[in-house]
Amino acid sequence: MSLIDPVWTSLLYLAAAVCFILALKGLNSPRTARRGNLVGAFGAALAVATVFFSVRMDNVPWILGAMVVGSGVAAPVARQVKMTQMPQLVALFNGVGGGAAALVALLELPHTEDHWVRVAVVFTLLVGAVSFAGSAITFSKLQELVTTRPVVFPGVPALMGAVLLAAVGAAVAVVLSGSPALALLLLLLGLAAGVLLVLPVGGADVPIVISLLNAFTGLAVAASGLVLGNVLLVVAGTLVGASGTILTRAMAAAMGRSVAGILFGAFKGGSTAGSTAVSDRPVRSSSPEDVAVLLGYAQRVIIVPGYGLAVAQGQHTAAELALALESRGIDVDFAIHPVAGRMPGHMNVLLAEANVPYESLKEMGEINSEFRTADVALVVGANDVVNPAAKTTAGSPIYGMPILEVAEARQVVFLKRSMRPGFAGIENELMYEPQTTLLFGDAKESLTKVLSAVKALNLS
Amino acid sequence: MDGIALLTITVLAVFVGFEVVSKVSSTLHTPLMSGANAIHGIILVGAIIVAGQASDPWVLAVALLAVVLATANLVGGFVVTDRMLEMFRGRKRQVTPGRKPELEEPEAKEGVR
Repeated sequence: MSLIDPVWTSLLYLAAAVCFILALKGLNSPRTARRGNLVGAFGAALAVATVFFSVRMDNVPWILGAMVVGSGVAAPVARQVKMTQMPQLVALFNGVGGGAAALVALLELPHTEDHWVRVAVVFTLLVGAVSFAGSAITFSKLQELVTTRPVVFPGVPALMGAVLLAAVGAAVAVVLSGSPALALLLLLLGLAAGVLLVLPVGGADVPIVISLLNAFTGLAVAASGLVLGNVLLVVAGTLVGASGTILTRAMAAAMGRSVAGILFGAFKGGSTAGSTAVSDRPVRSSSPEDVAVLLGYAQRVIIVPGYGLAVAQGQHTAAELALALESRGIDVDFAIHPVAGRMPGHMNVLLAEANVPYESLKEMGEINSEFRTADVALVVGANDVVNPAAKTTAGSPIYGMPILEVAEARQVVFLKRSMRPGFAGIENELMYEPQTTLLFGDAKESLTKVLSAVKALNLS
Repeated sequence: MDGIALLTITVLAVFVGFEVVSKVSSTLHTPLMSGANAIHGIILVGAIIVAGQASDPWVLAVALLAVVLATANLVGGFVVTDRMLEMFRGRKRQVTPGRKPELEEPEAKEGVR
């Protein structure tokens, strides 16, 4: 029935799979990343074109119409989204992919006889549904439709256990009976499990969960490939599942956390709820004008942007401040912690968008030895990533996490909203040190005030 | 394709997946995640196969929903990744001033500065 020889189909799928591997490989380096992504898109287009000519195809106008609808919605959104809102968009796209995999498995169930194939069906259903519901909750959290803090209520662990037990039961029943009604039940249980999985996760851990759910969707796609006997889906899904797992672990490690700790910590009440206790030890706070003088008469300033800057969307103001300081002959660099921003690597994207030149963005390993030579370290909306406790306090939750050594700078200025500790919920001793000054307020507002004060210095 | 051949391919793909991302710099974690996210949008191929073989209108309706979702994942994923990476482009010129920036291809039309 097919229009092209099955051998050609296999070869074209192989070419697409190679494109995906090259895409992931290309994304390893800033120089080749964009080309890598284009190669991946080409591979996807090739595979989609191939499928139309390789199997019996009815309903082609309908299918093409659905594809137009899908891309008509997604492409403009992807093109127009603000860079700060990009994490939730990635979560959303990830979720719909998981949902699609679950639907494919649901529809294929009646065509399966083999029990092993049905195992792949139930796996796809369950994991796809978890990914869909989990991503939907993640999206709502990042979009602030629901609270970003962990949602914990007493029955969660028991409820989760019950849902998982029921899901395993339903899965076994589906494998044995092939009943579509039970498969639908399994789908609903998967959705419930996804919600319960992500609700207790809070704040800075949410991006790690996006990465984890991304790996989940990859596995669901791979399993759906086993269901359909399609090698390309198996390879592409497995690639994403494997690389997503490694990526999730790398992200968690960069934050000094474990994946299990993030997912199950909240059940024990110990996730990144963050302590809300406010210490009343004395600190040195100052005015935007004082900070401007400190910066304006320095020779070398290192700006440490953090989560607070990303949330306040102050990256453009930070870039402007750097420019204003440079016009005074001051050497300005940005020190980027691996997990600064709302996602790992997010801060690089935000600052690049604000036209901060590449040479000014320094990675942690590169800049840490330079804090010693800096007159001022300006910490904007970051806390845990500069907390010396990670090096000195063995019992601390962030102990062992690599930090930016701002304490080495002659002066440290924190722009902070309040004295509340960071996500790790621990105090930062650095704030009580004699060389430290604090300026309280929203990161963007504080930066704007400091910027105009620096400009006033320039005029006088 | 028989089960053992599929299993072999799966296992090898696991190792390739581990290998290609093992050394990535944290700068690129977000684009990499987004790129991987786009790649699993290839479930579109599965959705198309199911929709192409649907005879029952309800089955077709659900399959078309899967096609819409998968297309959104695939197209949106690649577009948003491209936008992220576009941000790295301006910097490229400054790193290697002597060389012609490779990523400055003619089809890149947005955000040229």
